[in-house]
Amino acid sequence: MRRLLLAWACLMAGAPAMAQQGHEGHATPPEAENLHAGHDAGAIGGKEDAPPAPPLPSDHAADAIYGANQMAEARRALYRENGQFRGSMILFDLLEYQARKGGDGYRWLGEAWFGGDLNKLLIKTEGEGRFGAPIEDAEVQALYARAVAPYWNAHVGVRHDLAPNLARTYAVAGIDGVAPYWIHISGQLFLSTKGEVRARVEASHDWRLTQRVLVTPRAELNFSAQDMPAIGAGSGLEDVEMGLRLRYEISKKFAPYVGVEWARKAGDTARFTRAAGEDADVTNFVAGIRFWF
Amino acid sequence: MMMPAWARSGTPGLAGPMTTVSGPHIDLTIGHAMIGIGGRTGHGVTVNGTMPGPIIRLKEGQDVRLRVKNTLLEDSSIHWHGLILPFNMDGVPGISFPGIKGGETFDYEFKVQPQAGTYWYHSHSNMQEAMGMFGGLIVDPVEPDPIGYDREHLIILSDWSFTHPHKIWRNLKVMGDYYKNQKQTAAGLLKGKDQPLKDRVMWGQMLMDPADISDVTAATYTYLINGQTSGDNWTALFKVGERVRLRIVNGSVMTNFNIRIPGLALTVVAADGLPVQPVETDEFQIAVAETYDVIVQPHEHQAYGIIAEAVDRSGLCRATLAPQLGMVAAVPPRRERPLLTMKDMGMGAMDHAAMGHDMSDEEMAAMDHGSMKMRDPSVAPQVKLGPGVASLSPIAQDRIGDRPTGLEKEDHRVLTYAELKSLLPNADTREPSRTIDVHLTANMERYMWSFDGEKFSDKTEPLAFRHNERVRVNLINHTMMPHPIHLHGHFFEVVNGNPGHHPRKNVVNVLPGGKVSFDLTADALGDWAFHCHMLLHMHSGMFRVVTVRHEEGRA
Repeated sequence: MRRLLLAWACLMAGAPAMAQQGHEGHATPPEAENLHAGHDAGAIGGKEDAPPAPPLPSDHAADAIYGANQMAEARRALYRENGQFRGSMILFDLLEYQARKGGDGYRWLGEAWFGGDLNKLLIKTEGEGRFGAPIEDAEVQALYARAVAPYWNAHVGVRHDLAPNLARTYAVAGIDGVAPYWIHISGQLFLSTKGEVRARVEASHDWRLTQRVLVTPRAELNFSAQDMPAIGAGSGLEDVEMGLRLRYEISKKFAPYVGVEWARKAGDTARFTRAAGEDADVTNFVAGIRFWF
Repeated sequence: MMMPAWARSGTPGLAGPMTTVSGPHIDLTIGHAMIGIGGRTGHGVTVNGTMPGPIIRLKEGQDVRLRVKNTLLEDSSIHWHGLILPFNMDGVPGISFPGIKGGETFDYEFKVQPQAGTYWYHSHSNMQEAMGMFGGLIVDPVEPDPIGYDREHLIILSDWSFTHPHKIWRNLKVMGDYYKNQKQTAAGLLKGKDQPLKDRVMWGQMLMDPADISDVTAATYTYLINGQTSGDNWTALFKVGERVRLRIVNGSVMTNFNIRIPGLALTVVAADGLPVQPVETDEFQIAVAETYDVIVQPHEHQAYGIIAEAVDRSGLCRATLAPQLGMVAAVPPRRERPLLTMKDMGMGAMDHAAMGHDMSDEEMAAMDHGSMKMRDPSVAPQVKLGPGVASLSPIAQDRIGDRPTGLEKEDHRVLTYAELKSLLPNADTREPSRTIDVHLTANMERYMWSFDGEKFSDKTEPLAFRHNERVRVNLINHTMMPHPIHLHGHFFEVVNGNPGHHPRKNVVNVLPGGKVSFDLTADALGDWAFHCHMLLHMHSGMFRVVTVRHEEGRA
């Protein structure tokens, strides 16, 4: 109790003394007090002669007590535990059954990564086909991805097509990320071993209807710089895909969906497709699962 | 599960025969234990087999030896949060000491300083704290306590998950909003809830989510008071008319709580252990790792609910303060999840409250392209601007007098930091001789957290101080999350408009987009940890070493 009284006494007696501390008067509002806390060292009370920061110590204080070797090991663990991340993920963004005129099919679009916050090994795969027929398209990409901006990664690597043409392999350079309004965008440029240039742009957006139900519009455009009749690709815009999928998140990791997708081949690609006796315009009703682990 | 006696329901309080541990020699054992929460059992890491661990009760001036045996197969440690002691007894592996290897025993030996009050202890290794390794620590005064009371109870808040903390962290690294189930939705828009369309478009354009209050929520956490759920209803007893001292510790991993006891005024008498001039309020926010002592004086023979509500309102925990066992206080209806404002983005007063909802297109454009760029390097030149820094607050305001997140519009009294005045006059009233800025930086999408844009694991340099120099430290928050920043081994004076009586704390919560200044007398030689006490932020790299040395350079 004595200390309490003492404290109160000091509080009362201290008031005039504190008023003498220059700008730190009793009635000083916090904002005014902090005017002195500028960004420059030495801004306190307008002092220009603030000492610089002391030199960084050359030792670790605990080394002298517990030994440098033991502490060095513990320090490595400390660095590891405070910031170092190594992880991996496998995602199937699309894994779906496609119902359409002229034979139902399937499609997948997935990726896996291994690595840290900024550098990752990225594996991408996609493909589609018709039940009872050989796979129409199947590709795998192995990429080194690096974060280049808060919302953007750049990547380089190789793409290998397993179908329709086993022999084709491409060098890949691309970016992916999140654009304003939470639009996920990916752009890739492909250069084949035969000197052919192609490109792909994808964009999607998750529009949250409720905490668990999302609508995802998705668009994909493929381009080619030249005619590639062997694989049915014509120069210019090859094809456009527009999809709308309604997904229910049973959990963030597991979400079944239904939707519709409209795919249209363009230009010479459409001509090649028709020549092969297929539709250049396809509407798919899809049902699938998006999941990651 | 086994509960320590003090944490069982119907405890008469901390007086009398309790399973607190005290005396000159205290034995503690770190080990695995099964923990029962709401009918399920999970794997925990505990001190002496319980969560929370035993209350450690020390006396000012005593010499104590805490003999800690680690029975785990991994390294462990105990940090005595808030105690002033030699740096090599502070319990941070890699800074204070090498840690305690599995199977080994370490003796912490120190003299208890004159700092009577409420503290706590926890593991500083491998996120073991998140698995139950924490407990309360009380320092009793030698002289009569300036805080008069008839009865005392210890209340430790925590957030328990059956998911391992490393898995939680990994989920967030893959998907920053993994645990967010209170997002703005189109259904909400149609019902007129949350932001109007115009604001949603503007925030979406900046890739900001106003519903982003907490990264880890009740989606995985069960909130606990003294290790018990609302259903368990931990009950603390009182006699009508008594002055009851509640020693409240937030031992959570990631959860700041709003605390209220409907029907009772709360008189805050201490913060982070040290006494403050009594200030009466109806609700306060306790950030992770803070402690507050409050006095309540129930005059009715009735049950009162001690309500600890997660700041994002995704869940809460109720305990009961009652004159006898078996009484149950009501759980209040859940309040609406708050939304962040422009102020939380570090856009100063360009707040809805201040501006109404009509932000003109020109102003929006200015924010985007002009003086209000959200990542203008000139506002924080020392920050390393990499992919780990998503934004920089254009005008981070001193928010010391602000009500904390979500309590801005409550129609009762809410404690602000500006109301805290140290009971004892500040011993060191020197003006700081220099100022340093520490920028709190993040990229929520990548779940990267850092100081000055650098994760600790990037081998950051320490923050160096001269012994006994007086320095002003500005903590500037460029993220939309609050960060309870903790400095080991010291109390600092929070610059809050009460010069001479600045509250002396060891944790200060920096509101989103805001800044807090504290004055530090670097009087504790050695190396110390300095970090965000949201454990997953720390684990992501929001951590630094602070060194205090004689001018010559060697400790």
